[in-house]
This record gives sequence, C-alpha cells and structure tokens, in this order.
Amino acid sequence: MSSTAVPGPVGRPRGRRLSSVFRRQGVQAFLFISPAILLLAVLIVYPMVRTSIYSFANLNSRLEVTRWIGFDNYTRLFTKDKSFLNLDEFPPSGALVNNVKWMILYTSLSLLLGLLIAVLAARVRYESLMKAIVFVPMAIAATAVAIIWKFVYEPDPNLGSLNAFTTMLGADPIAWYGRADTVNYALIFAYVWASTGFAMVVLSAALKGISEEVIEAARTDGANEWDIFRRIQLPLLSLPIAVVTVWLLVNVIKVFDLIYVMTGGGPGGASEVIAVTMVDEFGNGEGGYSAAIAVVMLLLIIPIMVFNIRRFRSERVTG
Amino acid sequence: MAAADATVARPRETPSARILGFITRTPVHLGLIVIAIIWLVPTVGLAVTSFRPRGEIQSSSWWSSLTHPDFTLENYTDVLNRGNMDSAFVNSLIITIPATLLPLTVAALAAYGFSWIPFPFRDTIFLVVVALMIVPVQMALVPLLTLFRELGIANGFGGIWLAHTAFGLPLGIFLLRNFFITLPRDLIEAARVDGASNLRIFLKVVIPLSVPALAAYGIFQFLWVWNDLLMAFIFIQNGDLLPMTVRINQLQSTYGGEWHLLSAGAFLLMIVPLLVFFALQRYFVQGLLAGSVK
Repeated sequence: MSSTAVPGPVGRPRGRRLSSVFRRQGVQAFLFISPAILLLAVLIVYPMVRTSIYSFANLNSRLEVTRWIGFDNYTRLFTKDKSFLNLDEFPPSGALVNNVKWMILYTSLSLLLGLLIAVLAARVRYESLMKAIVFVPMAIAATAVAIIWKFVYEPDPNLGSLNAFTTMLGADPIAWYGRADTVNYALIFAYVWASTGFAMVVLSAALKGISEEVIEAARTDGANEWDIFRRIQLPLLSLPIAVVTVWLLVNVIKVFDLIYVMTGGGPGGASEVIAVTMVDEFGNGEGGYSAAIAVVMLLLIIPIMVFNIRRFRSERVTG
Repeated sequence: MAAADATVARPRETPSARILGFITRTPVHLGLIVIAIIWLVPTVGLAVTSFRPRGEIQSSSWWSSLTHPDFTLENYTDVLNRGNMDSAFVNSLIITIPATLLPLTVAALAAYGFSWIPFPFRDTIFLVVVALMIVPVQMALVPLLTLFRELGIANGFGGIWLAHTAFGLPLGIFLLRNFFITLPRDLIEAARVDGASNLRIFLKVVIPLSVPALAAYGIFQFLWVWNDLLMAFIFIQNGDLLPMTVRINQLQSTYGGEWHLLSAGAFLLMIVPLLVFFALQRYFVQGLLAGSVK
C-alpha cells in the first residue's frame, strides 16, 4: 500500500538447503501472523458470513433462526419500512435519505472548512495554536460531542449559546434538535465540528509539502493569492483531498454515537440513520431484520473503498 | 501540533512592509478569529457550566458567570456519586487498557510477519486483512453476541476486549507493516547472518526502532476504545461493568435537563483523552498522516 519499495521475498536464501530454509521461514511466518488471522477470522469474517445468512431469516430473542424468509427482510426494508425509506412524499424521507444528506453535507463541509483553515492558518504566526483549537475535538468521544452541542442548541437563550446569539440578532429561539426540519442540520454541523480537524491536518501537511520556492516564484511573477491557491496548491492537493473524502464518506455511513446520544433518532424518527436503525431494530428483537440493515451498510461502503483502491492504483502507475 | 509544522524562517521585513502585510492579512485574521470562536465556545461553555452551582445554571447564562465568578466542584462529586461515574471511570480503564495492549501486540507480530518473513500469498493475505478495515461493527454484532454467550464471556469484560482487538487489528497491521518495511534491510539481514531468530530480531531490532509507530497506533486504539459507545452498549450485558460513555448516555436520558450533572459527566469522560492527546499529540498526528495517506 505504501509507495516505497515493497520488499519481495526477503533475503532469498542461497545455496543447497534453499527449500528447507524457505519452509522453515514459512512455519515461522505462520507463528507470527496466526494470532491476528485467527482473531480476524473468528471475530470478523465468520460473523460477517453469519450476519449475511441471518439477513435471510427471522431470529427469536435468543438469536436462533426460526424461519427462512428469503429476501423478505430486504423487500420490507426498501418498500414497507417508511422510517427507512419513504418515497411516497416529496422530498423523500427516512434513514437512508438522511444518510445521503449526511454524505453530501457532512463530507463537503468538513472538507471545505478543513481546507479553508489549513490555507488561512498557513499565513499567520499563530498557526499551530489555530490548528490545535480545531483539532482537539478529534480526541473527544462522540458521546461528549453530543452533550457539548446539545447544550449549544438548548432552546432557552439563557442556556444555549446559539439561541443566545440568534435572539441577540432579533430572531426567536429555536429548538434546533427538537424540530424535524432542523434536527439533521444541527447534528451534521456538530459532527462537522468534530471532524474538520482531521481534514485540516491531512490537507495542511500536504500544503507544507508544496515547495515554497514554486509559490515565491509565482508571487514574483505577479500571481495573487487566489491564483496561487487555485493554480498551484489545489491541483497538488487532489490526492489528499480524495483520501480525506473517502475517509469522511466511510465515517458517515457508520455514524452512530452522536445521533444515538443527542436525539436517539428523534423527534419522531426525523434524524434516524442506517446505523441507528440497525441497533434499534436489534434492540426490538428483530435479529434477522437488523442483520439485513447491516448488510446494506456494508454494501454502501464497499463501492467507496473499491473506488479508492482503484484510484490509488492508477495514481501509482501514473505518478 | 507544533511538531508537525516546520515554520519557514522569513527574512526581516521593513516596518512599512509589515504594516502593509498586516492590512492585507486582516480578512485572514478575522476569518480565523470567527473559526476559533466557533471551535472554542461549545467546549468552553460546557466547561464553565460544569463548575457552576446548580441553581445558577438555570437562572443565568454561562457567559454572565465569567464576570461574576461563583464556581464549585459540587457537580463533579454529585455526578461521581449519583451517576455511578466513579465505578464507570474504573470500568472504562479496565476495558481500554487490555483492549489497547492486546491488539498492539498481535498487530506488531503480524506486521513483522507481513514485512520481513517471506511466505506464499503474503501480499494477498495482507490486502484481505487491510480490506477488513471498512467492515462496520454492525456487520458482526449479532453473531458476536451469540458467540460470546456460547463461550460464557458475555457477562464479563472478555467479549468487549476480543471485539475491540479484532476490529482494531486491520488498522494496526496496516500502520505497523508500513512502518516496519521502511526499516533498513541491512540491519535485519546482518542480524540474520549472525544467527538471530525471527523472534529475536522482532524483539531486539524491530520493536526498539518502531516506538513512534507503536505509540501512534497505541494512542489511536486507546482513544477509539475509551470513546466507543456502540460496542460497550451491545457487548457489556452486566450493568455494573458499564463504561463512562454508556453511563453518560443513561444519565442523559434519565436527567435530560440536569445540566450540572451532564456537563460534569461529559468533562470527566473527556479528561483522559485530552491528557493523552496533549501529552502525545506528536505521535497522534504522525499516525493520522501515515494512516490516511494510503
């Protein structure tokens, strides 16, 4: 995966006892990797296969298969479960639609803010302080982020900082996370706040990698700051931007803790997403149905990763 | 972050050039100040609230208390007693420490195998392991719970240790293997010629040279496990063993508007990650960059 030389078979042994040495190495390699392989096989691969099988069944409360029902869980999910996908009204709603909202808004906002802060901070002396301020939320539990932002969004302007600010400007206080029309944006922004630091650090490191001389040369030739950003920095950032985008997209399909703590999917299911729905259905004793939701989650992530690996490979060939 | 930025030394500027520079940079400063406010106010607001007396929180705003300070530690003692947060804090540690050390050890062993011992299909197996990084926990949740019940570890910490270890391994193996292959080949060859076994090379050569990578992955895994809600929520069936994340979520649903408890609880949850982060942020940022630029 790294662009540095991948060592082939290490130090191919010379001489007559080549095959036995190789065999001995093979046994040793097995000893080194087998704990990891065993754990991954038993605790990830095997459960994945079983979840896929469960998704075609009904399970009882002891998580035993009671009946095989073919694709019924999936048809129920996409056609009957209005809290998952509701195409009857416009705009469409449901957990899947909310995830799409998240993918678009969360990904683009985190990326844009991260890029903006990386570019702006590079021009001032307090760059490291600025970056530390934006980065710290990365270390905080999503559970704590939920509490922090719930407090910001509190409807009482005496408590909530946001309503204190908007009422100061003359607006009425709003229950940001208590209304179906604002709850998703409130949640998305809280998560953007927590994730922008990641985009910023990666993009800032990439910016530092761009030769100072090139930029100075452009400046002497009369290029303004916008030209420098648009014509020099941005094109050279395309790879790290792609990397960050993939990370954010995968992250957004898995988003659970923040929503679960802040709204639990409410009010009235307005902020449900796939990951929360899955756990809720599991909690309702719907083992098979929740397995089908998990499979849908995985199927949404796979194309993003395939795209990433492909792009990465082509990048290595041309670069 | 300081370690990550190499500040480029600028030639001395004349006073007029500096004033001009300042004026052209004013929009930049303003933008950054707005951003800093947005990033600081939420955390600072809750931090200040956590030290205010319960009655005050309801009657006046947290920013007004900055000019009329009246602070107390009562909220913290209250949440420790009422919310069982003291035992939850200990539980979080009991969950997190083994769930960090175990994957660190197993991933380092595997990464050595993947980087310095030749065996058939090595790169294919490595790719499959790395691909497991994307698997959502939900995909393994139901069968894992069944498995832990069959093994009789669903009522203790065993299940969550194993689950965190497995889900942390792909990233760990990826990060450590990418670091191990950059170690000088001559060094490892020389040790081999001297008759050192792989285990000896691993312990005496590779591990001592890889402290930054091991630290980076260790911090990641520590923060990940400490901050996790989902796995603890599912895999810890015994109410006495719940970690802080789950307890704070319970606190939140029981005492929704009791901000004196919630704010103190949230800050107790944040203390350990923030200490780890500030003490070791250099490794954290390095690990992040190594892990993302793949």
